[in-house]
Parts: sequence; C-alpha cells; structure tokens
Amino acid sequence: MIQKTERGFQVIHQYKNNGYNIVMDVNSGAIHIVDDVVYEVIPYMEEGWKEEAIAEKLKDRYKKEDISEAVADCEELKKAGTLFTEDIYKEHVIDFKKRKTVVKALCLHIAHDCNLACRYCFAEEGEYHGRRAFMSYETGKQALDFLIANSGNRRNLEVDFFGGEPLMNWQVVKDLVRYGREQEKIHNKNFRFTLTTNGVLLNDDVIEFANKEMANVVLSIDGRKEVNDHMRPFRSGKGSYDLIVPKFQKFAESRNQEKYYVRGTFTHNNLDFSKDVLHLADLGFKQISVEPVVSLPEEPYAIKEEDIPLICAEYDKLAAEMVKRHKEGKDFNFFHFMIDLTGGPCVYKRLSGCGSGTEYLAVTPWGDLYPCHQFVGEEGFLLGNVYEGIKNTELVDEFKCCNVYAKEKCRNCFARFYCSGGCAANSYKFHGSINDAYDIGCELQKKRIECAIMIKAALAEEE
Amino acid sequence: MKHIKTLNAQTLQNTLKKGGCGECQTSCQSACKTSCTVGNQSCENNK
Repeated sequence: MIQKTERGFQVIHQYKNNGYNIVMDVNSGAIHIVDDVVYEVIPYMEEGWKEEAIAEKLKDRYKKEDISEAVADCEELKKAGTLFTEDIYKEHVIDFKKRKTVVKALCLHIAHDCNLACRYCFAEEGEYHGRRAFMSYETGKQALDFLIANSGNRRNLEVDFFGGEPLMNWQVVKDLVRYGREQEKIHNKNFRFTLTTNGVLLNDDVIEFANKEMANVVLSIDGRKEVNDHMRPFRSGKGSYDLIVPKFQKFAESRNQEKYYVRGTFTHNNLDFSKDVLHLADLGFKQISVEPVVSLPEEPYAIKEEDIPLICAEYDKLAAEMVKRHKEGKDFNFFHFMIDLTGGPCVYKRLSGCGSGTEYLAVTPWGDLYPCHQFVGEEGFLLGNVYEGIKNTELVDEFKCCNVYAKEKCRNCFARFYCSGGCAANSYKFHGSINDAYDIGCELQKKRIECAIMIKAALAEEE
Repeated sequence: MKHIKTLNAQTLQNTLKKGGCGECQTSCQSACKTSCTVGNQSCENNK
C-alpha cells in the first residue's frame, strides 16, 4: 500500500498545460509527464488509497488493468525517490541559521541620477528617496576592497553597475573595472561585472568596453513603441524607443546575441504583454526578460489581483508561441521561463533564497550598504558602509533566517524550491515584513514555473 | 514505463551531498532586480 504522505506540506503538484499532463514531485524536484489515467490516479495515491479502491472509483472510465499499471508505475517512481517524496530538508535549516555567510555580490549604485523619467521607477528617477549623486572612484574602489575582504574563499565575485543610469558616470565604471582586474589577480578572485543601462548614452566606446569586460548587460526597454514611450519617457515627455532600439540591436548583435537581456517591465496598462515580448523577439533580440511591475495598489499602473487571470492567460499564450517558434527555428529565451531541471541549483541555494542582506548587498554612491538595491533609501535597512563594514549584524541575521521554512505562505507551496521564498523587498513593501510574501507575485511566479516546465515537456517530446 | 515519462532524473535529495559551495550566481544580478528567481540558475559545480 502507498503510505499517506506527510500532511500539511504539499508533495505533489499536478496541472494540465498546452495538452500536457504534468506532475511535479515537489521535494525531489522530479517532473513527470503522465497520461490521463496516471493523472487521475495520483491524487488518490497521495491520499493513501489502495489500488482496488481507486479502480472501483474510476471504473467507469478506465480498465482495471490500466489502473493497475498506473499504480505500479507510480510505486516504482516512489521507490526511486521521484514521487511522493517527503521533505527531508527542514533539519538542514537549523544548520543554515548558524551558517557563516560571505559577501559575494555587490550592486553598485554608480549614479543616483537618470536621464529618463520612467513612471514606475522604484529608484524615483534615480534618486532613491535621497539626493542626486555619483559614486566617486574612491568609494567604488573601497566597495571592491570590501567585497574582496568579506568574500572568504569564494572565488567568483559579482559586481553590477546599476543606477539610476550608470552610463552617466561611465568613466568611474571603467576605472573600477580596471581596478578590479588588478585586484583579482592579487587575491585569486574572478570578478564578473555586469551593467544595467537604459541605453540613452550607449555608444561605441561603451559597447567595445562592455563586450570585453561585462559578463552580462541588461538593456532596459519595455516592448512596443507606444508601451515603452508611455512608461519610459525623457523628462521632456518624449519617448525613448526610437533612440534606444537601434543601439540595443547593434549591441546585442555585437555580443553574438548572448550574455545580455533586453529587459522590460509590464504594468496594468499593457496586460497583453506577450505582444511586447514577441515585439522584442521580432526586433531580433534573442535574450528577453519582461517582468511584472511591483508597485502599491494606489498607483494607476499597478498590477491588481483581478489582473492575475489575464496575466496567467498571457503567460500561457507566450509559452505556446515559444514552443511554436522553436519548431520553426525562430526561438528566443524568455528569462522568466528559463528553468534548469537537470543542472539547477542545489537544495542549499534553493533554501537560502536570493542572498539579499547576506551574500548580496547594494552600495549607495556615498558607500552606504543596504540588503539590496530595492532597500536603498529605507533608513531602517542601513547595514553599514564600505569603509567601516557591516554594523547592523542583527539585521543580517534576520536576512539569514529568511527562507522558505520561515515563511508561513511558502511552507505548503509547490513553488517553494523554485522561487526560494520570493523577494524580501517585495514582501516588505506589501506586508512590512521580510518574512511574508507578495501575494500577486507568488501567483505569477507559480504560473511561470508551470509554463517553463511545459516548454521543457514540449522540447523533450522532440528528442 | 508505459504511462509516465520523467523529464529529469537527478533529484534534489542528491544535491544535499555535495551542494552548498556558494559559487553560484546571486539571483538578482542576472536580469530581474524585482522578482526573485532561483530555480532557473545553473550550478557552478556542474560546469
């Protein structure tokens, strides 16, 4: 008999998408594509029903021998540890709290100023509730020294040049990369520099330097011209699309369509955002990320709970279109549908979440440290500065304990090992606590995981 | 197996054994900046 699985923690999530019956074994991470009979049998098995009882229950639709085979297949997977797997990770969380963390990534706010006036900007047009400022070379250098000194034996160190708009302080970016390259040799480190830019100041010098030095570049554009220009205007009100599109196309081509993302935000104003993704694909971009805006409900462009069904339908539409385009040899990557089912992160990573406040910190132009770029300007989240190091270790401990088991909403969610508890900043924004979860974000995340797995199922069928 | 096709054989339980080196990318650095996504990342140990 199949033993009843532990109550209170979801161990199976199954759904239908684009003609596939998909079964996720939550705790092992195994994904199974099943036929109709198995799809119907599994919930009964999960509840501990015996084969005879299931056969009796489903006798009008399935033959006894089909039920018998389905149960046998499921039992085999259970023995192999890929179905009805129990959660064995909770005990590791205790060790996790005691773990010594090192800093391995910094988000450098190179410029708290911007040459665009995007309506949804969490940085408030670059100022982050504060003053306009550029990071000096000395502060940036100190930040890199701080990173090296606090990185323990981690070799790969990530530094994102962020803003505001970092190209407004480009010389400092170049100087810091040079400094980093010198230091990595001395300390046996490997810097991975990345750049996030709106493209306004993008030129050949930037392209050449970035192609040599930047492991990834994120190029901000929302999609269709009218969508982009409504939310991403210059301060004059003029749209940015016509200026940035040719530059981004040139940049993407010069990087062989790799190691970059065109990255957009969709809002309540363009809930048909699959059109924006496809527009970017039709412009020739191969690495695309278009993500839901995160803003409080009072903003007119905020995504509301009632928008969720429409957004989910758009994700379905987009996923099906991506499968179709793949078959036609016109495929592209959509960041939120990327999922690594075989070489993905270990369970430690999945439990620890994004690393904000512990492994990942943001640095303001004047050297203050915050748990991540989204907390910058929230004075209660000031951790210290690059000169004196981390002062608020209690806050770091709070972030250290921020994991799926600490969050009530995550404990019974099938997506918990994919999103790892979600974004602490979003949780804080909506609930005033980093140990909660942003509910709309959760629903969309779950849908994206379902779509991503469906795409994998469709591609596997071709093999 | 007649009724089931499994997409991935490797299980999360197995990663307990050798995981946790911490060399992997920090989630928010890749593209998102507003939405934590961990499951799409690659393990540096597998490279």
